Amino acid sequence: MTDTEQISTISRVSLEVNGVSREVEVEHRLTLADCLRHKLNLTGTHIGCEHGACGSCTVLVDKRARRSCLTLAVQVEGASILTVEGLAEPNGDLHPLQTAFHNNHGLQCGFCTPGLLMTLMEFLSENQDPTEDEVREAISGNLCRCTGYQSIVGSAIQAASILRQSR
Amino acid sequence: MKPSAFKYVKPDSIRSVLEIISTNENVKILAGGQSLMPMINMRFVLPDVVLDLSQIPGMNEIKFSGESIKIGAMTRQREIIESKLLIKNCPLFVEATSLIGHRQTRNWGTIGGSLCHLDPSAELPVVARALDAVIHIESIRGKRKLAVADLPLFYMTPAIEPDELVTEIEFTPWSAGHGWGFFEFSRRVGDFAIVSAAALIELERSKTVCRASLVLGGVGSGPVRCKEAEEILLNYSEPDLIEKVCDSLRNIEVGGDSQASTKYRRHLIGVMTKRALRTAFERAQQPVIS
Amino acid sequence: MDTLIGENRNRLEDFTLLRGQAIFLDDIKIPLMKECAFLRSPHPHALIKSIDLAPALKIPGVETIFLYDDIVSFFGTNQMPFDQGDFVAPKWSYPIILPQYEVCFVGEAIAMVVAENRYIAEDAVNAIRVDYEPLPAVSDCRDGLRNDSCFVHQSSNRNEIGSIIATYGDCDPCFNSELFSFSLSLKQHRGGAHPMEGRGVIASYDPKNKFMCVWSSTQKPHKLRNVLSELFQMEEEYVRVILPEVGGGFGAKAAIYPEELIVAFASRKLGCPLKWTEDRREHFLSAIQERDQYWSVEVAFDSNGILAAIRGTAIHDQGAYTLAEFNIPYNCAYAVPGPYIVPNYHMEVKVVETNKVATVPVRGAGFPEANFVMERIMDHIANDLGIDRAEIRRRNLIPVDRIPYEVPLKARDGKPMIYDSGDFIGCLDHALKVSSYQEFSSQQQAALAEGRYIGIGVSNMLKVTGRGPFEGGMVKISRTGTVTIATGAAAMGQGTKTFLATICATELGLCPSQIKVITGDTSLIMHGVGGFASRQAVTAGNAVHLASRQVRQKALLVSSHILERPADDLYLADGKVQDKKDSTINLPFSEISKACSGAKGYPLPDGVAPGLEKTVYFEPKNLAYANASHVAEVEVDTDTGYVSINKYLVINDSGRIINPVIVNGQIRGGVAHGIGNALLEWMGYDGDAQPVVTTFAEYLLPTSNDVPNIEIYHFPTLAKNPIGVKGVGEVGTICAAATVISAVENALRPFNVQISEAPISPERLVELIHQ
Repeated sequence: MTDTEQISTISRVSLEVNGVSREVEVEHRLTLADCLRHKLNLTGTHIGCEHGACGSCTVLVDKRARRSCLTLAVQVEGASILTVEGLAEPNGDLHPLQTAFHNNHGLQCGFCTPGLLMTLMEFLSENQDPTEDEVREAISGNLCRCTGYQSIVGSAIQAASILRQSR
Repeated sequence: MKPSAFKYVKPDSIRSVLEIISTNENVKILAGGQSLMPMINMRFVLPDVVLDLSQIPGMNEIKFSGESIKIGAMTRQREIIESKLLIKNCPLFVEATSLIGHRQTRNWGTIGGSLCHLDPSAELPVVARALDAVIHIESIRGKRKLAVADLPLFYMTPAIEPDELVTEIEFTPWSAGHGWGFFEFSRRVGDFAIVSAAALIELERSKTVCRASLVLGGVGSGPVRCKEAEEILLNYSEPDLIEKVCDSLRNIEVGGDSQASTKYRRHLIGVMTKRALRTAFERAQQPVIS
Repeated sequence: MDTLIGENRNRLEDFTLLRGQAIFLDDIKIPLMKECAFLRSPHPHALIKSIDLAPALKIPGVETIFLYDDIVSFFGTNQMPFDQGDFVAPKWSYPIILPQYEVCFVGEAIAMVVAENRYIAEDAVNAIRVDYEPLPAVSDCRDGLRNDSCFVHQSSNRNEIGSIIATYGDCDPCFNSELFSFSLSLKQHRGGAHPMEGRGVIASYDPKNKFMCVWSSTQKPHKLRNVLSELFQMEEEYVRVILPEVGGGFGAKAAIYPEELIVAFASRKLGCPLKWTEDRREHFLSAIQERDQYWSVEVAFDSNGILAAIRGTAIHDQGAYTLAEFNIPYNCAYAVPGPYIVPNYHMEVKVVETNKVATVPVRGAGFPEANFVMERIMDHIANDLGIDRAEIRRRNLIPVDRIPYEVPLKARDGKPMIYDSGDFIGCLDHALKVSSYQEFSSQQQAALAEGRYIGIGVSNMLKVTGRGPFEGGMVKISRTGTVTIATGAAAMGQGTKTFLATICATELGLCPSQIKVITGDTSLIMHGVGGFASRQAVTAGNAVHLASRQVRQKALLVSSHILERPADDLYLADGKVQDKKDSTINLPFSEISKACSGAKGYPLPDGVAPGLEKTVYFEPKNLAYANASHVAEVEVDTDTGYVSINKYLVINDSGRIINPVIVNGQIRGGVAHGIGNALLEWMGYDGDAQPVVTTFAEYLLPTSNDVPNIEIYHFPTLAKNPIGVKGVGEVGTICAAATVISAVENALRPFNVQISEAPISPERLVELIHQ
């Protein structure tokens, strides 16, 4: 395979999204963010900057937080993706992290929220009893223009405590 | 801000990578993508082919031969931070890497990508330079080694040919009990440093310095090794030593840009060097815990 | 009736947002919709010699490209519609839809591509060949005033396009007297709005029904509807603007932009739905900013630090076009006195064009700049006289016994500026008490002994809120028995739906969660103004309050007929009208609603108009003035210039609080924005007016590590409107920069540092320390 002229710029990609196997045909240049939003109609993943600086598009790729605007859809062939749409229980009950955001006014316009939720999902899986400073460091790559962050930090701390109890 | 059209390939061997990059024009190698993808989205980079290294086995290993440590080019920054081997043998690497970006970027950003991107403010080239690391490079023409010292050609341009691939970096860890310090100043947590300083110190039993390494980032187009300062450090142990070292840095050539002027960067060199050296000294003086 | 007003209540908006199911503009899917991208000027000022579309049109998937000629041949004009009455600038400053031959700022739209998707549309944008002839550009507004300056437009004959003068009393004698005086030069910069969601618009024209439907991420849906109606000469009933979920506004979405009109035009022309979503680079280049001001003021005061006069001038960077009125310069000129007594005052703000994107209000709307000037003045007087900074402020604040206080200036609507409530000194004293202000100096001495530089700052602010002319609320009990509110107020994250539902629920005896609120759909309420100037709780809140009350009264009246009970014996609870003594005698809302829609041939009861609904347009008789006192404690690393904010307190008077959860959120977010203005946010341009900041790596928004926890204390006095509410959206922002910078200056007292600019960078602080 030395002559790339022979390679098509469209590929079929198989991936698992929120526990469901999906197959999708994508142009190679299509970002994972656009693929989720416009090919798979999962518009909960938001695009805020497209240069990897705002964190709104964060999803989990094989359990690791990743900026989906800096990821090509073709790159995640075979991967397992978790987006904000996959957080609540199948019966509709919110995930404790989502509930904590609601109870602590952790969101205002809600545009950055999916990215924050996904970043915190990864973080809280690694740090069950974080300090406020640790939460602040963990979400430092997620910009929010509305809240001033305090309520987001409070949400994360409360979620951690609820998750510890349910463990 | 959508990428221009390109072909994406994901070879599964180094051999196959080398063939593709030797026969195609305008191939961009995608490692972690944390620096390349923004440039592609902004169409500052318009590649014909994007070559993804993530499928190649064995490129993310951290190995210690007893003599030297080798880190595969595709080792993620997160893997560096979590590497017990590095925490024990080269804590400088871990400390500096933990200051890179944010968790989402550290999860995916790679050491090879960082070295090849060669941002003047990036942490990893500074650390690699402080350790006198050597980069292993392959092409269909053969293999070669390149000292990190010789990596920067000019601004954000490494001395690597388009048909070459960085496979790993190698360095000899300092002896147990060495001291290290890495300090950087950035406007916000996770931002690229305006100025950074990496220091390594080894003390003799008499507590005098027998080995020293001092490297600055954010100052020129690549990491700046401060040879004169290192010589001042050797064989000295007086308390005013650090001041003397900082004095010796006054004449280093420094660039400025819209983020920080030459004058301010020069000022920060002194501040960061002082902090890095002090910490390195303190740590070198602590008893070795094995 | 139990009031729900004042209770902590979690928001109704959260659930769809938290599940990722809320529909923002870019989430809307319409079959056959195509996407748009704009070719934008790379030059601050240039002539367009030629445009070659051919290579772009050849790209598969490209539908068409629109230029100036297409706009003019359709509309007969290239002018952005605006309210003529407001317009004060010379003709060359009129905003245009697309330029014919001259571009006047980097980012100005030149052409719009329509293509299958955004990727292809951007390919086409890159393929368009334009031959430009660069022209000299004005970058710094001070340079624009020089005699030898070039002009922003070829048709200009000056760059100073206006000036706003606020004046009363007689300043000059105060400066020729025994009084103390000083002069002060201040440089202020505010960056952009940067909501996390950019702008965006979808237009879908139905040629068969000649009906235009537009979704826009805007703060002014009704204004957009009105503009489209005029431009297309289509009756309001045939143009519908719908507000999707909006990811923040902060001023960036309060203007009507060319992109909204061009997308609508193109949809009408092509007869298919079209979408344009602003990307972040476009937001940097083409969304409004607030930017640069240079102030020179002189201050006269007596030996007790009591102000006698403030006079001065400011130069305001207006950008290349005037979008409607001189609102920032106006606010700046008029807002300096704020909560203080300034016996004599004269301020002129010169409006100077530059070859940059237009400036109109970002959160705070000129008040942050005016406040910074006033609070810097207070600190200077304190330093000059060796009197405590808080004490100086207390001496000059308007005392509570002088409320209502008439400022000798007229508000923008021509009415007198009357502060009808507020206890500014009480608020300040409370701030000093809860912050242990008096004990700080001993902490400071102790820190200094350890080589640490800590400082405290205190500031006061006052903001005009609840600006009219009106906002509407339609409250309706439907035949299903459920309650719906429709309003022209624009929700963009402020919890608008929750607080309106709370107000309505109080009147109708329901839980707020039982009420649906629809904001910014022009088909459901004919008139509306929108979300800006901290106005919606005052205007829409009172409208919904009054409308709900009338619906309640009607429900009681109709039930009284049907149940044959006096209305006084009835009350509303659980979705029913019930007898106070015997709850088995009741009528569900659904039955009352049906009764109000009438039955064929049978008249409605006397005095009952059809429909169990009421629309009220609330027109505030006077503005509501919110005020606050802020205290910040900071530590400065004098080696690097890094400032950390260790403590931040807000004592806030926004009148009656409808929901403390939301109000506190607004204050915290506002302070965060102000911290950005104090320390981080800088929209840089080079000397040729080329932006040097176009990414979030260069434009530093505050992150989770930059904003401290903010302690909030409420100090409410009621405004003179039915609910007693004042605005809050901008209140947190306005004195945050002044407070932080005062604290930084205080921390650096040993170096005798005086700070005369915002934002202040670590680099600049190091420079000042070493001066």
